[in-house]
Amino acid sequence: MIEYWRSTIGKKQVVAITGAILVGYLILHMLGNLNSAFGPGADEARVDWYAHWLRDFGEPLLPHGFVVWVVRVVLLGAIITHITGIVQLVKRNREARPANFPARRIGRSVESIAMLGTGTLLIAFIVFHILQFTTLSIHVTPVEPEEVYANLYYAFQEWYFLAIYLAALILIGMHLRHGVWSMFQTLGLDNPNRNAKLRHGSTALVVVLVAGFAAVPVLFFTDVLDPPKTTAVITALSGVPV
Amino acid sequence: MKFTLEIWRQFDGSDENDKGRFETFQVEDIDPDASLLEVLDQLNERLSREKQRNIAFDSDCREGICGACSLVIDGTPHGPQQVTSCQTYMRDFIDGQTITIEPYRANTFPVIRDLAVDRGALDRVIQAGGYISTTTGPQPDPNAMPVSPEVQEQAMDAAICIGCGACVAACPNGAAMLFTGAKVTHLNVLPQGQPERQDRVIGMVEQMDAEGFGGCTNYGECSRVCPQEISIDVIGMLNREYRKAKLTKKSKPDKAMTTQ
Repeated sequence: MIEYWRSTIGKKQVVAITGAILVGYLILHMLGNLNSAFGPGADEARVDWYAHWLRDFGEPLLPHGFVVWVVRVVLLGAIITHITGIVQLVKRNREARPANFPARRIGRSVESIAMLGTGTLLIAFIVFHILQFTTLSIHVTPVEPEEVYANLYYAFQEWYFLAIYLAALILIGMHLRHGVWSMFQTLGLDNPNRNAKLRHGSTALVVVLVAGFAAVPVLFFTDVLDPPKTTAVITALSGVPV
Repeated sequence: MKFTLEIWRQFDGSDENDKGRFETFQVEDIDPDASLLEVLDQLNERLSREKQRNIAFDSDCREGICGACSLVIDGTPHGPQQVTSCQTYMRDFIDGQTITIEPYRANTFPVIRDLAVDRGALDRVIQAGGYISTTTGPQPDPNAMPVSPEVQEQAMDAAICIGCGACVAACPNGAAMLFTGAKVTHLNVLPQGQPERQDRVIGMVEQMDAEGFGGCTNYGECSRVCPQEISIDVIGMLNREYRKAKLTKKSKPDKAMTTQ
């Protein structure tokens, strides 16, 4: 196993597998987000119900919030391994070529060249995203615990939050357009007969993913979705800054 | 036709103080059907007459099948036409243009002199598994070892690799994955390659890493300069063979095969 990690191919395959875990999470995250599109609801917003359901999952067999924490630990592990592998590979790759003679671009895609840049920016975005909607530490718009729908609604009334999230989605799209197809190639799951399908399928997955993620902030910003009904947040908005 | 040639000069690549530099040469009265190597020959004859040091470069068959020639022409290994350097003709360039000629740029290919680089690293990758260990004997019955046309085609599409190293020179990571992938694909799909299938891929990948080649990031530049148009499918095959070998291989390499 150590030998496998030491070899360039083995390390890249670990990077591919951890990448696949992260993409798998993104798909679930995107589907979960779409619960917001059901609006504030009569009694409770569907996305709030979904958030509670995630935390209550498995009760009473599992403790409260267990599944959420398992997912968080797995994701953190995957991201750390992904980054460690890439940093080591990039170092190796740079040592293999004289620094003052970069390879001329013949046909490589913008996405593939930008992988390191988009990846780095995405780490910054993930930190920001967690601070905003998980730890609720960014108080530009009113944020209240347990009020997912309201938090989203007020955040995406602001054009700059919409812009940040759409920009992040462009980064994700670029990173995954090269990354998802690359994963099949790196793991050797490709096959000359289905390579075209894998490439197009990867692009289609990325388009669906980005469109699904973009839908929620855009729907909030364009007022297609109604304001939340929770009184607590409304007083917070009209009153003193939280 | 006439051209301005910017040619890399480096007397001794192993000398740390000799960093190398470009020198400019003017060449005139060039036949459009002359190859770039013939222009270098003419230039060398002139340099000899002028008692100057000739430009060192590799070439052998000059018909695009040996893989000896190794120039980076205007930044692209083997030049603009996706053929070997020796098959690059002056009609491919615009009259009066400046042509930059460099050696392959990869730390695994140290410059020997001027445009000649040491590609021994590729030979050592071959030595680590790019062979089959058959004992000699009577010719086997052809029907005893059936090979389907598809498999034969796949093997030959990979075996066509001439080992010129342009893939390494084109790769932003200086990786030899296309070369190694071609060799592994060629031998691992054929029945003769089966006994050493796992040792081969593990040995060649370990040697590739030990030589200091980079890793694949699926840019695909290697395939775009390959004079034999080898597809990066062979890299997928290499990745697959390596993964399977690492997951299923139990014992140390079996030496019994080679010591028979």
